[in-house]
Amino acid sequence: MMQHGISVPTLGVENLQVTYAVAGGPVSAVRDVSLTVAPRECLGIVGESGSGKTQVFMAAMGLLAVNGRASGSVRFDGREILGLAPEALNRIRGSELTMIFQDPMSSLTPHLKIGVQLAEVLVTHRGFSWRDAMHAAGLILERVRVPEPQRRLQQYPYELSGGMRQRVMIGMSLLCEPKLLIADEPTSALDVTVQSQIMDVLRELRFEAAMAMILISHDLGVVAGLADRIIVMYAGRVVEDAPASEVLQRAHHPYTALLLECVPNLRDARLERMPCLPGQALGAGMQELGCAFAPRCPRATELCRLERPPLRAVHQSVQVACHHPLSP
Amino acid sequence: MNDSLLEVRDLSVNFGAFSALTGVSFSLGAGETLGLVGESGSGKSTLARALLRLIPAARGTVMWRGVDLLSCDSATLRRQRRDLQMIFQDPLGSLNPRMTVGEALAEPLEIFEPGLAARDRQARIEEMLERVGLVRDAARRYPHEFSGGQCQRIGIARAMMLRPKLLVCDEPVSSLDVSIQGQIVNLLMDLQQEFGTAILFISHNLAVVRHISHRVLVMYLGRIVEEAARDALFAAPAHPYTRALLEAVPDPTRAPAGIPRVADDNLAAAGEPPVGSADPSGCVFRNRCRYAEGICEREIPRLEPVSAQHAVACHRWRALATSPDPTQSAVREPRPA
Amino acid sequence: MSGLWREPGRRLRANTGAVIALGIVVILVSMALVGPWLSPYDIEALDWSHVAAWPGMAHAHWFGTDRLGRDLFVRTLDGARVSLAVGLVASAVSLSVGVSYGAVAGYLGGRTDRLMMRIIEILSGLPLIFFVIFLTVILGRSETLLFVSIGAVGWLTMARIVRGRTLSIRQQEFIEAAVASGASTARIIVKHVVPNVLGPVIVYATLTVPQIILFESFLSFLGLGIQEPRASLGTLIAQGAGEMEAAPWILLVPGGFLALLLLSLNILGDGLRDALDAKESG
Repeated sequence: MMQHGISVPTLGVENLQVTYAVAGGPVSAVRDVSLTVAPRECLGIVGESGSGKTQVFMAAMGLLAVNGRASGSVRFDGREILGLAPEALNRIRGSELTMIFQDPMSSLTPHLKIGVQLAEVLVTHRGFSWRDAMHAAGLILERVRVPEPQRRLQQYPYELSGGMRQRVMIGMSLLCEPKLLIADEPTSALDVTVQSQIMDVLRELRFEAAMAMILISHDLGVVAGLADRIIVMYAGRVVEDAPASEVLQRAHHPYTALLLECVPNLRDARLERMPCLPGQALGAGMQELGCAFAPRCPRATELCRLERPPLRAVHQSVQVACHHPLSP
Repeated sequence: MNDSLLEVRDLSVNFGAFSALTGVSFSLGAGETLGLVGESGSGKSTLARALLRLIPAARGTVMWRGVDLLSCDSATLRRQRRDLQMIFQDPLGSLNPRMTVGEALAEPLEIFEPGLAARDRQARIEEMLERVGLVRDAARRYPHEFSGGQCQRIGIARAMMLRPKLLVCDEPVSSLDVSIQGQIVNLLMDLQQEFGTAILFISHNLAVVRHISHRVLVMYLGRIVEEAARDALFAAPAHPYTRALLEAVPDPTRAPAGIPRVADDNLAAAGEPPVGSADPSGCVFRNRCRYAEGICEREIPRLEPVSAQHAVACHRWRALATSPDPTQSAVREPRPA
Repeated sequence: MSGLWREPGRRLRANTGAVIALGIVVILVSMALVGPWLSPYDIEALDWSHVAAWPGMAHAHWFGTDRLGRDLFVRTLDGARVSLAVGLVASAVSLSVGVSYGAVAGYLGGRTDRLMMRIIEILSGLPLIFFVIFLTVILGRSETLLFVSIGAVGWLTMARIVRGRTLSIRQQEFIEAAVASGASTARIIVKHVVPNVLGPVIVYATLTVPQIILFESFLSFLGLGIQEPRASLGTLIAQGAGEMEAAPWILLVPGGFLALLLLSLNILGDGLRDALDAKESG
C-alpha cells in the first residue's frame, strides 16, 4: 500500500537516474525510477537483464562502479543518502541498511573463519567485545537455521555449501537489526531444492523482524512467495507497481502478463510451445522511441511507438506505465 | 521401439578419488529428446562431456551407430563428431572472441567438407543464420556484439551446420532471461522436427525439460535415480528426490505472503548435497531423504521397473506409491479471483 | 580482424604519451633509413681536415666527427639502422619460435608440457653471453648469425608467457566447442589458441625490441658484435666512451639516440598494453 505521509518510508527513491560513461558515450542503466518502501514492508522488484533493477539499489547503497553516475534522490529513513560521503555511508551500510547478493562466495572473505567475519560486523558497528560478538554470531546462525552453529563458526567459507553460505550472509546482514534488507537475486545461484529453504528463512524473518525487505529477482515465482508489493521494471523504468496479489492474478501491464506466462508452471497443459517474448530487451545504449516495450508488445499501437507512457495510477494502489493497460 | 542411436552402458567418471559419475546406462533413439535433470553435483555435465570423450571415462561404453566412442581411435572419433554436436551453457564463452560469426559457422564445413567452394559455403552459412532467426549480416560481426540469446542461436547454427544426428545440450538456456528461454527451446524443437535430430537436453530446470523431452532421466550425485516417459514422470514421480524437485518449483499463483512456512517440513528432501566427496554407503540420497530406512543405508538401490518405460532406483518406492502424492499437496489451487 | 582493433586503437590514440612516443619512434626510424643520404659523407670516409671536430653546420658535419674524421651523423644513423635491424629480426625470431613453442606446450599439457618447460628452464639457466660467444666461435662472425643467435635465446620468456596464456585459454568453452566440432589439434592451436594470445604477445614483443637492442649494444661494446667498419649504436658508444673528456659528442650523439629510442619504445609498449589490456579482460 502506498503510504501518504503517515509514516516516514524506510526507503524513498525519487527520479533516480543512473548513467555509465563508456567508450561510445553515456549509457542509461536507470532512466527515471521512483519508489517507496514502508517500514516492515516487503517489496519485490522483478525485471530481466537490462531492466536496471540491481542498479537502482547499487546506486542507493553507493556501490556504483567508477564510471557510474547517479542523480535524483534516495532517502533512507528520511535522510538523503545519495551522494553521501563514504564515512557517513559506511556507518549506515552493514548496520541499518544491508544488502546480500547472488553469489555468497564472493561476498565472504575466503581466508577468514565464518565466526570472525560475523563478529567483525558487531565489533565495528556496535562496539561489541570479540567475546560478545562471537556469542551473538552463534545466535544469529541459529536464527537462520544453520545446523551445528558452533562448528560452523570455526569453518572457512569453502567448507560450506552454497545454501549454507547464503544463510551466513543473511545472518550477517541481520546482526545489527537493520531497518532494511536488500536481497539481490539471493537464490539464483542455488539449486532449486535449496532455493525453497532459503525462501523459507527469508519468509520467517519477515514475520519476526521489524524490518523492511526488498527482494530483487528475475523470477516472479520467487518473489511471489514473499512480497507484499511488486514492482516490475523494464529498460530502466518502472512499468507496474501494485500489490502482489494484484500483479499475480490481474496483471495490468502487458509485459507483466507475458512474464507471468513465462514463469515455469508444472501444471501447464499446453506443451507444444514454451511461452516466451519475441525479440529482445532494449540494449543499454539504445535510444528509447516511445514505449521501450512497444517493439515486443502484442498490444502496441502507433501511439505507443511515438509517446512514452508515464507511470500513472490505474486505481488505488496500482500504477502502470502503459497506454493500453490490461483491464481485468 | 526404434533402433537406439546411442547406447550408454555403465559409464563412470572419476576425478581422483571422487566418483563424479557411477554406472550410468541409458539409450536414445533417432529423433528423440531425452531430458537429463539434476542439480549441482549430479554429474550431468560430466556425463555430457564423458559421452563425447571430452573428458576421460574410468569405465563403460558409449555405442554410437556400432562404434564405441570411448575406445575407438582418435581418427574414427573425429569422423563421428560430424554427427555428434554440442551446445554449451555459456553462449558467449562457447564462441571464439577473435572469430567472426561467419568464420565460426564456416569451421565445421572446413573440417568435414573441405572440398566445398567458398561461394557454396557462404550460401550454407547464410541459410543457417536465417534458419535460426538471425540476419545474414550477422556473419560479419563478432560474438561480443550480440546478446546472450543471439549468441546461443549462433551456437545452435554452428552445431547444426552439418545436420548432426545427435545434439547434446548442456544447460543451454540457464544463463538466459526467462522470457528468452522459450525462444531457444522452441527453436530446438523446430530444428528437431525439420532435421530429425536426437537431443540430449541437460538442465536443472524441470519446466523447460517438461516442454522439450519425450523421456526424462533424473540424476543425483552421479547416479540415475529415476527414468521415465515425460508424462509419467511429472504425473507420478516415484523417487523421493524427483518429488522434492517438483515440490521445490515456486508457484506464483499461490502467493502465501502472510503465512510463514516452516522450513524442511513439507519437502521430501532436507538439507543439501554434501560438500566434497562424502560418499555414503547404500543409497546416495538417504541422508536427505525423509523416507529413508535401514535398508537404504545397507544396500545401493538398483534401477527397477515401475511400469513399462518407468524405472526407479529406490528401496521404498512401492510404499511411497501408495501414499498420497506430495506434489499434489504442494501444488495448491490458485486463489479465486 | 579489423573490427577487433578499432577499440584498442582508439584507446591508444587517446594516450598522449604513447602517441608522442610513437611519433618519436617514427621520426628516429625515418632518420635512420633516410638520413645518411642527406649527408655528403659516408660511413667510412675519413676527413683528415676535421678530426674530432665539434658538431657544426659549416663543415657539414652536423653531429661532428670522431677520432678518425668519420662523420658522426652518418655513422650514428647507420648504426641506428643496424641496431633496429637486430631488434626487429631478433624479435621476429623470438616471436615465432616462442609463440609456437608456448602454444604447443600449453595446449598439449601433461608430460609433453613438462618436458618442454624443463628444456626452457635448462636453457634459462645458461648465461646468454656464453651461448652467443659459443655460437660465434663455432659458426664464425656474421651479422645474420648475430641476429639469429640473439633471437634464438630471446624466445624463452615469450614461450613462457604464451604457455601461461594458453593454459588459461584452454579452460574456456570455445576451445571445448572446437574439440567437440571435430577440429584437429593443429587447427585448434593455430585458429583458436594463437589469435587469443596475441594481445600479450604484441605487448611483450614491443618491450623486447629495446631489450634486444640494448643487449646487442652491450655485446658490441664488449667487442663481440658488429665489426668495423660497420657500426651499431653499441660500438659507437664504446668508441665514444674513450673520448668522453676531449670530445664528448662522440659519446653523446649515439648514446642520446639510443636512449631516446629505447625510452620511446618502452612508453609505446606500455601504451599498447594499456590499450589491449582492457579489451582482454572485457
